[in-house]
Amino acid sequence: MLDEQAALREITEALEESGKLTGPVTMETSILHDLSFDSVGAIDFIMLLETRLDTIIPMDRMAEIETIGDLVRVLTSETAAS
Amino acid sequence: MLAKFRALRAEHAAVSAAGQDPFGVAFDAVLSATEAMLGGRRILLLGTNNYLGLTFDQDCIDSAVAATEAQGTGTTGSRIANGTYGGHAALERRLARFLRRRSAMVFTTGYQANLGALSALAGRGDHLLLDADSHASIYDGARLGGAQVTRFRHNDPDDLRRRLRLLASQPGEKLIVAEGIYSMLGDTAPLREMAAVKREAGAWLLVDEAHSLGVLGEQGRGLAEAEGVEEDVDFVVGTFSKSLGAIGGFCASDLDGFDALRLSARAYMFTASLPPSIVASVFQAIEVMEENPQLRDRLRRNGQQLHAGLAVAGFALGAMPSPIVSLPMPDRETAVMFWNALLAEGVYTNLALGPATPGGKPLLRMSVSAALTPAQIDTAIAAIARVGRTLGLLHSALAAAE
Repeated sequence: MLDEQAALREITEALEESGKLTGPVTMETSILHDLSFDSVGAIDFIMLLETRLDTIIPMDRMAEIETIGDLVRVLTSETAAS
Repeated sequence: MLAKFRALRAEHAAVSAAGQDPFGVAFDAVLSATEAMLGGRRILLLGTNNYLGLTFDQDCIDSAVAATEAQGTGTTGSRIANGTYGGHAALERRLARFLRRRSAMVFTTGYQANLGALSALAGRGDHLLLDADSHASIYDGARLGGAQVTRFRHNDPDDLRRRLRLLASQPGEKLIVAEGIYSMLGDTAPLREMAAVKREAGAWLLVDEAHSLGVLGEQGRGLAEAEGVEEDVDFVVGTFSKSLGAIGGFCASDLDGFDALRLSARAYMFTASLPPSIVASVFQAIEVMEENPQLRDRLRRNGQQLHAGLAVAGFALGAMPSPIVSLPMPDRETAVMFWNALLAEGVYTNLALGPATPGGKPLLRMSVSAALTPAQIDTAIAAIARVGRTLGLLHSALAAAE
């Protein structure tokens, strides 16, 4: 299972790959407001991250993801299948 | 209470400010399967999902009228609380015979068929694997049932396989859901590959043939028939509101004990059943569909004519020819302008905006009907090309063509 630092690193790299990295990303960065994703783009980004990390984030947990920190917490929790 | 809709209202007002409200078109009268009156003008209908053009079929109308006169206007209650009419049971048998399934169960709408079937089939502890571009009714049914929901990339059997592998150690049944034809772009699911993944994983497969029933397959049973994988499909869902020209939905299966859904699918149990008129017209529409395979040929030719005409005009089209033809729009403003300009030209299409569209991208969506004449389609193509030219969407291709 990923630790928080590794998850943050993977997220940053995935953002860079998808051209969404415009500045430093912290646990407080808002996915919709700071990274200019719309709701569809955010879900596509999460799917990209799932593929990259060979994991699954169940849809019912997506509602709790607003910041990069939320995403890190979901990725490092036990409900992510891997 | 309604303050939370402020942003939505503002967005809607912005879309409507460019002309007509695309989501509130109110026809003065619908004249036929292909024409309506709007604001005193005759409009060509190119966005109805009326694939076989059966809404004005005289035999269907006569059946509906006779059923109303004999049995009344409505059932005033649900099947389990207020009783099943003879017509409901006859329609279910007729539908099962058409689909070559042991059992079929009728719902009051197609939305409710997905809501009821998915929520009853996949409950807490089970897994639903949904195509990312699934219809809202599939997502809503998934949420109602409480199963763990995993999305796989649209039409990507490898991504489905990977996700099933990750879920392999988790308990619970796994139900894969795909659509025969996806309503926004008109693309079909790679059902043979998905059926292979399903077999490998020991999962179940449900196919929603809402847009493909009566459209695909030699007999019109849908994509599973066309792809020769009906045996791998455990549950077929569909609607009566498109090719069959009425309203209602169904779920059909060969499984033993399928009738348990009648006592567990909330969208079946807690809603009024279809009225006699609809039951009768759908029954008749199945007969018409079976007896007239040429309707399907005409539909296919019409889809090809529209697709080819727009391609020749210089439009970039996504999916292969199908009864649904969608033009990707560069942005929302252009999409709204295009839709309005076409309506001014006398052609009604569908404006589809995110998040209801793949990738949230705006689309001008059209669907053809078998009832459209080649001349009507040519008229539409000419109008669409004129608007495309005016809005500067055709410059490069047209320059090459002229």
